[in-house]
Amino acid sequence: MTPSLNQYLVLSALLFGIGLAGALARRNAVLVLIGLELMLNAANLNFIAFWRFGPHPEKLMGLMFVLFSIAIAAGEAALGLALVIAIYRHRRTAQVDRFDSLKG
Amino acid sequence: MESIIQYLWLIPTAPLLAAGAGALLPRRRRRLSAGLAIGAISISFLLSCAAFWATLHSGRATSNFRWFDFGTTSVQMGWVLDPLGAIMAVMVALVSLLIFIYSLGYMAKDENFTRFFCFLALFAAAMLGLVIANSLLLFFMCWELVGLASYLLIGFWFQKPSAAAAAKKAFIVTRIGDLGFLVGMLWLYAKAGTHLFYDHGQGCLEPAAAGGLVASTAIALLIFCGAVGKSGQIPLHVWLPDAMEGPTPVSALIHAATMVAAGVFLIARVYPLMTPGALQVVTWVGALTAVFAASIAVAQSDIKRILAYSTVSQLGYMMMGLGAGGVAVGMFHLTTHAFFKALLFLGAGSVIHGCHEEQDIRKMGGLRLRLPVTFATYAVGMMALSGVPLFFSGFWSKDAILDALHHWRGSQVPFYLGLLGAFLTAFYMTRQVCRVFLGKPMTVEAEHAHESPPVMTVPLLILAALAVMVGFFGTPAWPWFQAYLDGGSAGFDLSKLMNEHQLPVMLLSTALVAAGIVWSGWIYGRASARPAREADPLEVAQPALFACVQKKFYVDEFYDATVVRLTTAFARFCDWLDRVVLGGLVRAVCWLALALARLDRNVDKSVVNEGFDIGTEAVRGAGQWVSRLQNGQVQRYLRVIGLAFCGLLILLLWGCA
Amino acid sequence: MILTILTFLPLVAGVLIALLGPDKQKLGRNLAFAASLVALALAVVLWAAFDNGHGGMQFVENDSWVPSLGIEYHLGVDGLGLLMVLLSALIVPFAMLASWKIENNPKLYFSLALFLESGLFGTFTAQNFIHWFLFWELSLIPAFFLIRIWGGPKRTSAACQFFLYTMAGSVAMLAAFLALYAATDAASRSFDFAQLAQIAHQGGLFAAHTTLATAVFLGILLGLAVKVPLVPFHTWLPAAYSEAPTGTAMLLTGAMSKMGVYGFLRILWPIFPEQMQAWRVPLLALAAATIVLPAAAAFAQKDLKRMVAYSSINHLGYCLLGIFAAARLTKSSALFSNEQAAALNGVILQMFNHGLTASALFYFVGLIEQRGGALRGLDDFGGLRQAAPVFCGLMGIALFASLGLPGLNGFPGEFLIFKGALHLASRAALLSIPGLLFTALFLLTILQRVFSGPLPSKWSGWPDLTLGERLTVLPVMALMFVLGLFPQLLTGVANPAVLQMLKSF
Repeated sequence: MTPSLNQYLVLSALLFGIGLAGALARRNAVLVLIGLELMLNAANLNFIAFWRFGPHPEKLMGLMFVLFSIAIAAGEAALGLALVIAIYRHRRTAQVDRFDSLKG
Repeated sequence: MESIIQYLWLIPTAPLLAAGAGALLPRRRRRLSAGLAIGAISISFLLSCAAFWATLHSGRATSNFRWFDFGTTSVQMGWVLDPLGAIMAVMVALVSLLIFIYSLGYMAKDENFTRFFCFLALFAAAMLGLVIANSLLLFFMCWELVGLASYLLIGFWFQKPSAAAAAKKAFIVTRIGDLGFLVGMLWLYAKAGTHLFYDHGQGCLEPAAAGGLVASTAIALLIFCGAVGKSGQIPLHVWLPDAMEGPTPVSALIHAATMVAAGVFLIARVYPLMTPGALQVVTWVGALTAVFAASIAVAQSDIKRILAYSTVSQLGYMMMGLGAGGVAVGMFHLTTHAFFKALLFLGAGSVIHGCHEEQDIRKMGGLRLRLPVTFATYAVGMMALSGVPLFFSGFWSKDAILDALHHWRGSQVPFYLGLLGAFLTAFYMTRQVCRVFLGKPMTVEAEHAHESPPVMTVPLLILAALAVMVGFFGTPAWPWFQAYLDGGSAGFDLSKLMNEHQLPVMLLSTALVAAGIVWSGWIYGRASARPAREADPLEVAQPALFACVQKKFYVDEFYDATVVRLTTAFARFCDWLDRVVLGGLVRAVCWLALALARLDRNVDKSVVNEGFDIGTEAVRGAGQWVSRLQNGQVQRYLRVIGLAFCGLLILLLWGCA
Repeated sequence: MILTILTFLPLVAGVLIALLGPDKQKLGRNLAFAASLVALALAVVLWAAFDNGHGGMQFVENDSWVPSLGIEYHLGVDGLGLLMVLLSALIVPFAMLASWKIENNPKLYFSLALFLESGLFGTFTAQNFIHWFLFWELSLIPAFFLIRIWGGPKRTSAACQFFLYTMAGSVAMLAAFLALYAATDAASRSFDFAQLAQIAHQGGLFAAHTTLATAVFLGILLGLAVKVPLVPFHTWLPAAYSEAPTGTAMLLTGAMSKMGVYGFLRILWPIFPEQMQAWRVPLLALAAATIVLPAAAAFAQKDLKRMVAYSSINHLGYCLLGIFAAARLTKSSALFSNEQAAALNGVILQMFNHGLTASALFYFVGLIEQRGGALRGLDDFGGLRQAAPVFCGLMGIALFASLGLPGLNGFPGEFLIFKGALHLASRAALLSIPGLLFTALFLLTILQRVFSGPLPSKWSGWPDLTLGERLTVLPVMALMFVLGLFPQLLTGVANPAVLQMLKSF
């Protein structure tokens, strides 16, 4: 049995929701980053699903987007982690709500 | 003639140089200054005589030159030698010479002796320049310069405030007349295109006079204004009596013999301009002045003031003579008057000198014994002035005037005024002589009076001789003077003396003169025997009238109350106008500008600056409030984004639906 | 080149002297005097080289300066300019000698006087408006400081009033000229006096803008009228003259007051002939008022300096009377234009002679003030002639010159002005006649109150003129006599210029 588009979408929405909740609610910067990753992957899942069930599955367009997205997500995760480590070294904490150096 | 005209300018220049040298000399070089002045005036006198001699044979010569250029023409000046000028030059130079010599004695003790002769020489130069001037402009310039000399000499004793005031008054009052003269001269200049009297042997005034009659009369009257001022005619006579503040030789020379007669000479010079209308005015002014001044002289007690009013009165006669009889009549009286009035003034000076500077005739008396020479010569002068018949020059010249007035076509009133004046003249002169020389001394000074030194009495004797002789040159029987001026020749004809035209007038005036002398002698001959302090017999008889006359009919007071006060008020008004009105206007503009500036400052401060401050403050506040959103909590941003996303989503879904 | 040298010599000398060290006060003073003497010598050379035969500009220098705006470096003098240059060159050393003894920073004083001289020379030689205006203003600034720093007790307000009043007039004049420049069509735009006059003569300056023409005329008139001054714009003058130090008052009255009259002759007369004619009657009335009212006001003054200041206004009133009277449309009759020539020659004579006489009078009043211990009231003195006969005699000569006594320099000018004015503007001339009387009245009052009467004991030691003072006034006194007797010396120079002016009117 192959799942339908709707099932994919529901899964991706759930995934996005979990990711969002994680990004918003967690205090640890690493976990916030993980939330972000989850949201990105939810988007990737959508790309794949829409491509697979779209009018031109032979053109590999969705796959291309996802590949780009994963590459960027990887870079982003690396940058994000690096930042987190830098901040951690500086502040001795990874709690996001302690960071307010962007305050206006 | 040709040779003398070349050197005519030396006549005024010699004394001018003496004056210039005298001005530069230090005060102690007394004799040098006096010597220069007397030497110079002697040269002038000799040259004048030579010039006079030349005019006996030929008529007139002129020498003109350019003074300066303007536009396409130039201002011409020059000098003229004609009988009118020559006789005047001789008279002026001679009288000046005698008075200069007299001054040696009179001013001997004055510390400013040097300056005195400098001023006298300046006067003589200006007067002689005036006499030979061939242009009205040069005439006017010399005319002003004699005014200057007169000013300087009246105020010679400048330490006396009254002398300084009199000098100023003389200058100002004559200047009032001179302004009329100036206007008349300029008008004439514009009309005639020249102000020469004679050019190329032709008279330049006749064509100018031939123009419009009204304009000519106006010009003539304006020029006459100058003469009125200088010759002390009504209504500008007030300065002349005050001018007696000057030293007596000055009074004799300037304010009796020469300068005051310059007005008469002026009218004689511009006689061609004098229209019948103008001559009427001249005659009337002269007649009124003659009687007015003579009546004032009756009540004065200052020996020099009496003579001053007498001078004013006699100048009135000259004007009448000019107006009614012509140049010769007026000039003849001018000449005779110059000699006998100079004589009288110098005699008065001798009396004053002898009585230790006393001038009040009520404090004299009995001087005939103490000053015999002065008395004798003074008596001659007095009889000449009064017009005692036959042997005294004043008789002939005054008779010529009265005769002219009698035959004048205008009116007979001036003739009667002239007769009245003759009577008054005889009256006041007799009064003066009685008071001064007859009777007995009234004061200690008069008792100890002494005769003046010869340097003063010799000029008196010469003048006395002249006062007698000059008259014979112009009798009806031998009218040499008139013929000389007219360029004709005179024959001796005794019958002219006796014809029915001349004789009645002559007899009438003689009778009036006799009446004046006898009546006055009767009154004052008795009065002079009484104590000094007693009132004048006339005052006893008519106190109110006498007081009025003694106060000179209140003319000075009238002028003080009107002209002087008006002038002062006008000056104050102008000052007020400047300080208050115009100055106020400037201050108002200034204040307005300041007020505008303040307003501007306040607008700047409270509207522009304040508004700007408030605006920026508000923006800052708003920014601060907004910046609170950015609290650095990344998750809150995210939440906001999420909420916004949801909001947008809802909007999108509902908006599409 | 001589005009440029003449103009800039005092300026350069002034700058150099101002740069001297503060301990070289005397040297600065002496150098400044020497510079003014050199300028005088140059002016005399100019006079000697001047050709009396023709009335046009001579010694012309014409170089472009700002060609796009029509501004040129154009210098030249005609008879009028030459006489004014000579007068300025004469007055400045005279005024310097009068200020010889000032103690407060004489170096600065004398260098300011040199700046002023340069301003005067520039004004009297410039033939282009902008150039002229520059020097016109240049002369104002040193005058302000001279009054402000060395003046009497009320110097601040006097100096400010003088400066602001004159400045307001100058601004009006500048605005008027700029309006004139903007209004003319591009082809004929110019600031050159001669060119403007030529355009005006051909009727091309204000083809149809009569209102604008009037406004421009009135603007320039205002600037000049304040400077001369013309009643009712004269109220700054008595204060400025009486507060100014003696030497400065001499400069103000002797030379600077001539700038206004010069402007009338150099600018208004040739460039605005129609407007001059149109406004002739009210201007004549003002001129008559300028003659009579200040003369009468002088009579009411108690302060000698104020009296002399008022007499200065009165004398310049004669100049204005002459100019306005002559500004009458002629029917080219010979007599008529001769009367005009008489009036204008008289104006020029009067300008020159008043400069001499008035500065001499201020000199004497200054000496009285100096000897009287800052007293200078009419009633503070008396009988001084007894103590100081030479002083009195020489000041008397100056006073009589001022009242126009024949034989002294004041007479020929007044005679010619009245000769012309009586014919061309009889009513105004007759109205002005009382001015002559008032002048005599207050001048003789000075003689009477100050020099005559008894000598108060406190003045018994009054010193007579010292040798230095005598030598100072001697040249001026000599000139008074010479110019009074030989006015041809002046008219010979002035008359060709006057004829030229009449031709272009």
